[in-house]
Amino acid sequence: MTDVKKIINRTIREYGKERQALMPMLQAIVQVKNHLDDGDMIAVAEALNLSAAEVFGTASFYTFLDTEPRGKYIIRVCKTISCHMAGKDEIIKVLEKHLRIKVGQTTRDNMFSLLTVNCLGWCHKGPVMLVNDDVYPELTPKSAIEIIESYISRK
Amino acid sequence: MSEYKVNLKINDIPVTVDAGTTVLEAAKKLDFKVPTLCYHTDLCIAGNCRVCVVEQVGAKTLIASCATPVSEGMEIRTNSKLVRQARKHIIELLLSEHNADCTKCYKNGKCELQDLASEYRIGDHAFLDLVGGRLGMVDELSPSIIKDDSKCIRCQRCVKTCAEIQGVSALTVAYKGDRQKISTFLDHPLVEVICTNCGQCVNRCPVGALVEKNYVDEVWDAINDPQKFVVVQTAPAVRVAIGEELGYEPGTRLTGNLVTALKRLGFSSVLDTDFTADLTIIEEGTELLTRLKKVLVEKDDSVKLPMTTSCSPGWIKFIEHFYPDFISHVSSCKSPQQMFGALAKTYYAQKKGIKPESMVVVSIMPCTAKKYEADRPEMRSSGFKDVDYVLTTRELGMMIKQAGVNFQNLDESPYDSIMGESTGAGVIFGVTGGVMEAALRTVYEIVTGREVPFNNLNVVPVRGMEGVREATLKIEGCQPEWDFLEGVELRTVVAHGLANARKVMQAVKEGKSEYHFIEIMACPGGCLGGGGQPIPTNPEIREKRAKAIYCEDENLPIRKSHENPEVQLVYEDFLGSPNSHLAHQLLHTHYTERERF
Amino acid sequence: MMECNKLKRVDIIFCRKGFDLFEVVEKALSRDPDDLISDMIDSGLKGRGGAGFPTGLKWKLARNEEQDEKYVVCNADEGEPGTFKDREILDQVPEKVFGGMAICAYTIGAKKGYIYLRGEYNFLIPKLTEKLEIFNRSLKQIGLDFTIRLRSGSGAYICGEESALFESMEGKRGEPRNKPPYPTVQGYLGKPTVINNVETLVYAFMISRIGPEAFKEMGTKDSRGSKVFSISGDTPRPGIYELELGMTVEDFVNEFGDGDTKAVQVGGASGGCIPRKDFPNTIIGYEGIPTGGSMMLFNSSRSMYNVLHNYLEFFTEESCGQCTPCRVGCQQLLKGIESVKKGDRPPSYLRELVKLAKTMKIAAKCGLGQSVANPFVSIIKNYKEEIIH
Repeated sequence: MTDVKKIINRTIREYGKERQALMPMLQAIVQVKNHLDDGDMIAVAEALNLSAAEVFGTASFYTFLDTEPRGKYIIRVCKTISCHMAGKDEIIKVLEKHLRIKVGQTTRDNMFSLLTVNCLGWCHKGPVMLVNDDVYPELTPKSAIEIIESYISRK
Repeated sequence: MSEYKVNLKINDIPVTVDAGTTVLEAAKKLDFKVPTLCYHTDLCIAGNCRVCVVEQVGAKTLIASCATPVSEGMEIRTNSKLVRQARKHIIELLLSEHNADCTKCYKNGKCELQDLASEYRIGDHAFLDLVGGRLGMVDELSPSIIKDDSKCIRCQRCVKTCAEIQGVSALTVAYKGDRQKISTFLDHPLVEVICTNCGQCVNRCPVGALVEKNYVDEVWDAINDPQKFVVVQTAPAVRVAIGEELGYEPGTRLTGNLVTALKRLGFSSVLDTDFTADLTIIEEGTELLTRLKKVLVEKDDSVKLPMTTSCSPGWIKFIEHFYPDFISHVSSCKSPQQMFGALAKTYYAQKKGIKPESMVVVSIMPCTAKKYEADRPEMRSSGFKDVDYVLTTRELGMMIKQAGVNFQNLDESPYDSIMGESTGAGVIFGVTGGVMEAALRTVYEIVTGREVPFNNLNVVPVRGMEGVREATLKIEGCQPEWDFLEGVELRTVVAHGLANARKVMQAVKEGKSEYHFIEIMACPGGCLGGGGQPIPTNPEIREKRAKAIYCEDENLPIRKSHENPEVQLVYEDFLGSPNSHLAHQLLHTHYTERERF
Repeated sequence: MMECNKLKRVDIIFCRKGFDLFEVVEKALSRDPDDLISDMIDSGLKGRGGAGFPTGLKWKLARNEEQDEKYVVCNADEGEPGTFKDREILDQVPEKVFGGMAICAYTIGAKKGYIYLRGEYNFLIPKLTEKLEIFNRSLKQIGLDFTIRLRSGSGAYICGEESALFESMEGKRGEPRNKPPYPTVQGYLGKPTVINNVETLVYAFMISRIGPEAFKEMGTKDSRGSKVFSISGDTPRPGIYELELGMTVEDFVNEFGDGDTKAVQVGGASGGCIPRKDFPNTIIGYEGIPTGGSMMLFNSSRSMYNVLHNYLEFFTEESCGQCTPCRVGCQQLLKGIESVKKGDRPPSYLRELVKLAKTMKIAAKCGLGQSVANPFVSIIKNYKEEIIH
């Protein structure tokens, strides 16, 4: 059984086969794969007796349920007002330079994707970014790079 | 009917309505028209477009009249300054994201947004153009339907139609905010997804974002080509609906005028799909009896019951995608359109001494899925593409207007012969339950030697607009060769709209039903509510078309398919017997298992 | 003469001293549900998410519904720019939130509760799951048939709108529903549901400890009690503060400003922008400017064009997209100020945009589209020059 099939079965055991299971199921897949591909969405549709289009329509509504391939670590830099005022542009600039990609892109080794995102709820400690689920508030250009480096050394 | 009544005032006029009535309906009762776009009587309330906003005195915001139930003492203003300003803004906003290239648009003159823009005098509207990147995002790959995102106003009628009426959900709303769009799975072209081509979305699209693929020019070219012999066939449901394209009331029967008009357009021969509908009954009825015998007497496991009808191409595509394990349950009979095409280029061509390669077969259909059906690779049993072009009722209306034929003043003409003769049983193919009724009229008589036991041949239990209708017919007094059916209760079910088809198939799949024969039509009301029929469609209009079809049936001298003299002739002169080898070759087909997603 | 208070710090939400948490729950459950509700109504507590619906009334409406299945949902989809208090509450005193939910469940007769946590706060899940397990077990021990589960969002601001939140929980796109019916009649899965903000639930919990009188004493007639504020922007002391309601913006700025405050955005991106001249006569509370707690300060170095542009980008992306005024209106406002800035459209075009914003306020389907006008109109009105030049 593939990983995705296992995740689907596990989610069904916990949440049932009704549509309410859809979000937890998609979230669990994204947790492992960082995005949803065609096959994943079809498998989910099959499991919950939905059309693949419905699964895609729902997933694409949510920023974190990416239907495009992403790297192992997704960096999401907050771009909303407080972080904007606190200098998120500078953070993005150094990250782009350091990773040699633009916002929206993924590094060639598929390690990092760099994205911007709306308010992360750390307005008093901006600029802030998420790397997958982990939060990094009060960034400086230097600390942002150090954080990325720590992920690189983690592999 | 609710027992509670609610009193309210609309534009200062008091009105009393049932509790649960919407403000929109209450306003309608007082003959105040409130404009709508996302609202459609066939669909659940969306409340999205906001064009129907009205003012509720004392409320902080305007309310969507389509989505708000009345409440006691409510005071509504449908045309206050606030309402007019908001409505105008909303129309302007919609226009700003709509590719309003009206003169080039297929729906020019038939667009609900265009009508509103004209009513509200939206000239050079104030806002910035937002169509930009969506220009050119057009999916034209389907032989049936064109989807143009630059015209879409995101009312979601199509998405609701595909989900609620058809249970298919090939269309969805994807993304959010400014990226929100109506999409298929991963935005694949319609031909690559589970779309059944039924065209119900086309029937409900208020603008030109979903339209049928048009073949009018190709047909004109064929007509104008002196080398071509252009045969046209008309489906049963067209004759009771074409009038709506030409200014008649829904439900006007115009068979004779239709034939004359087609002749005036220049078709070489005007024939009737009803003829092959009758033929379908003979082939399908024989197949049903054969299946019953094999299952009940010979206990042949390879033969499947219940048998389902096969004339609705939307239904065929549906079962191929959704219930591929059950395609052996589908009658192998081609649809009447395709039987016609196969016979036209063989039997008819021989009889009339026409080279089949110089023949062009055109169908006038209430259907968009028929365009796809004619394109199927299996549909070439004459050695040529059996049906060359399929036009919807709407496209025919367009041709009649283009040719300047004044329909109102036309004399009635009969169909040409051969393949023009039809019975009442053939006509009722156009309404849900009609194929079942026609089949019962014939099968019962074959088996018992007596007419079907219903007053005036009207098999009332299979009629009506209920989504799923079961009926049982006890067979008694069989002819000797059918004695295995003595006392058998023939269990039938009729469903229309694919969401209802799914209910029936789910019951079959779960072994919860013991039907013998299932009639399924993809569209609500059957073909008369087809995706190629005049717009708008709603329960009332479909009811009127159905009434006209039954009226047509009652007025025909022959009302049983097996009594159609031309059908008898085709067996005598050409096919031999029902389900003969040649009949199989020309009139039967096979189906393809398709991906479920 | 308007009634207002001086700025006063309060310690109710985060306070843990002087009581056993579970005893408060137990004590509440020993009381008559109707009494609990009248306490809640008496306290004057209004929803702390921003909309300000009276909490006691909400519970009462749900209690009156005769249905076997009812739900309590905690709205932890805190997405309003400038708001971060719910995260802090859930991080520091989650048991108080659970306690509020349990008391609510007891009063309305619900057996299931959900916390809908925004995806951005996923890092809280392990801790919350662990604490929930303990809490659920304790509830069982005292015999309350109520279990709380965690559900998470996946990055969609609009899911903080209660009916959109239900849609999301039901596995759908987070598109707000038509109202009526309201959640207390048809909420999650079409069943009567009380949906309360994180902070509201903690106050509900604390009111059952300290009593309605103590709560009511604070604040003003229309704005009883205290409120947790999320303070950010140009301030030397960003962070979370619990303050009594009813102070003026002036008082607030004196305490938290950097001496050069030119505007305060009250209530997040969807709130209003208060210019310096209005500081003294603007009360923070339901009678003045209501807020979910977000206070963003801008000093004179900030371009209000940039601020508004940032808000509008936010709304353009986070609109669910279903209704015309919001989906298209947000884009028009954003592109509109850009085109005025560039000189493609004359300054007078701003008047058209203000009219459009006002239409959005009355014609959009939900609070998101309706509230875009708040920042738009207030910023255009007060900082027109910055928008044009």
